[in-house]
Amino acid sequence: MVDRTILHVDMNSFYASVEMMLNPSLRGKAVAVCGSTEERHGIVLAKSELAKKAGVKTGMVNWEARRCCPGLIVVPPRYTEYLKYSKLAKEIYCRYTNLVEPYGMDECWLDISFSRTMGNGLEIAEKIRQATKDELGLTVSIGVSFTKTFAKLGSDMKKPDAITTIARDEYEDKVWPLPASDILYCGPATTAKLAKYGIHTIGELAKTNPAFLKRLLGVNGLALWSYANGQDTSRVMPQDYTSPIKSIGHGITCVADLENEEDVYKVILELSQDVGHRLCVHQLAATGVQLWVRANDLSGEQFQCRLPYKTQVALEIANAGFELFKRRYRWSNNVRAVTIRAINLVPQSQPEQLSLYSDYALHDRRGQLQLAIEDIRRRFGKKAIYNAILMDNKLMPEDGRDLVRMPGMMYQ
Amino acid sequence: MNTGEKVTYARTFVNVVVEHQSDGKKTPMQIRFDDGRRFDIDKVTERRRAAATKVGGTGIRYTIWIRGKERKLFEDEDRWFVEEIILHR
Repeated sequence: MVDRTILHVDMNSFYASVEMMLNPSLRGKAVAVCGSTEERHGIVLAKSELAKKAGVKTGMVNWEARRCCPGLIVVPPRYTEYLKYSKLAKEIYCRYTNLVEPYGMDECWLDISFSRTMGNGLEIAEKIRQATKDELGLTVSIGVSFTKTFAKLGSDMKKPDAITTIARDEYEDKVWPLPASDILYCGPATTAKLAKYGIHTIGELAKTNPAFLKRLLGVNGLALWSYANGQDTSRVMPQDYTSPIKSIGHGITCVADLENEEDVYKVILELSQDVGHRLCVHQLAATGVQLWVRANDLSGEQFQCRLPYKTQVALEIANAGFELFKRRYRWSNNVRAVTIRAINLVPQSQPEQLSLYSDYALHDRRGQLQLAIEDIRRRFGKKAIYNAILMDNKLMPEDGRDLVRMPGMMYQ
Repeated sequence: MNTGEKVTYARTFVNVVVEHQSDGKKTPMQIRFDDGRRFDIDKVTERRRAAATKVGGTGIRYTIWIRGKERKLFEDEDRWFVEEIILHR
């Protein structure tokens, strides 16, 4: 069987690179994109090469970063810009294949096995590297290999603005000497477990008995073994594929701690607006609500309940979430972050068993109201209509960070 | 020739008179600066997406000719900008 050709394209120091591209006066300087200390997100989100050399690391607290790199230029994040350039980069990748699977905002896998008329793996990688630089002013590093995991590994090997190939006859030399933690899904806990048994490199992982790895790490152990041996058969997701939606949620870390139930309700109601909207877009309805609350001591709690009827109505989701909160949260600490999630989703058109004890007339009126609100927002914008209680709601940050989608599990 | 002048560039948004053709193509015809200066575009020789390396950002870059000189005009999200030359004496 002919090997597949998979590319993994990683946009280098993405947030920082976009900032430097948009503002040429930042080029060649130590720059870090950091959340706002006032809004309690004061950590480094991305850093330029120079800042990296000075020891700045992603996740560092702002003052720590400034201390290890005096003269560090700190800029706030602009998520809408990052989203725009992520989309433009994806348009470049789609010139070569329709099999383009994003992994977070700045990484993508491409399966170009069927794009041979446009060149081999290395040639297409070179065209993508050049086009991203010319058209967007951004650099990428690309891994070219025959599996997704090795392609990802390749894109991490040479940075920035570089291409690394890992062919079938080279992986034992190029990949096996690397630390086991370099392979996808081998996080700190797994690395520590492997180290206990003397497994430190990918090569050692590859030569370990898979049955032992399964006993040690479960199915993930088997997956890691197959990744290390170049047997990862996971496919690259088609560009227009949308994974089945299991739940729809929205969460936020508030600008200030929430000190009373009224504030919590405001945040839940605001978050539920987005949940209700997305339920309408996907023509789904919730039959359950889940609430996740993080206190200011960073401890988290999760509660969930069933709803008496399926709903898309933001107000009903918010009310159910707030009831859960009042019933279950013990107020030992003030609240720092809240996530509300619509769960047990069913198609909106699905018939349902009615209950004798529910007020369907009220539910129907609220449903009509939600549709009217949706229509007004579609025509005049998201802020055209909102609950009076949410006027001047200063508890929600408004920098667009909710636009960011974090990488999930890769497509199989 | 070294005249002792320092040159920097600024991203300057401009008004543009555009001809929309029946096939959907756009051709910029004239650039108008906010201070009243107007420049007729003699010809457009290239149209492609490109980064504005001097002032930052990106857009559809039109290579245009004005009074015998080549210039770049960018269109980004329905706004037009040029890399304006600023002379510092």
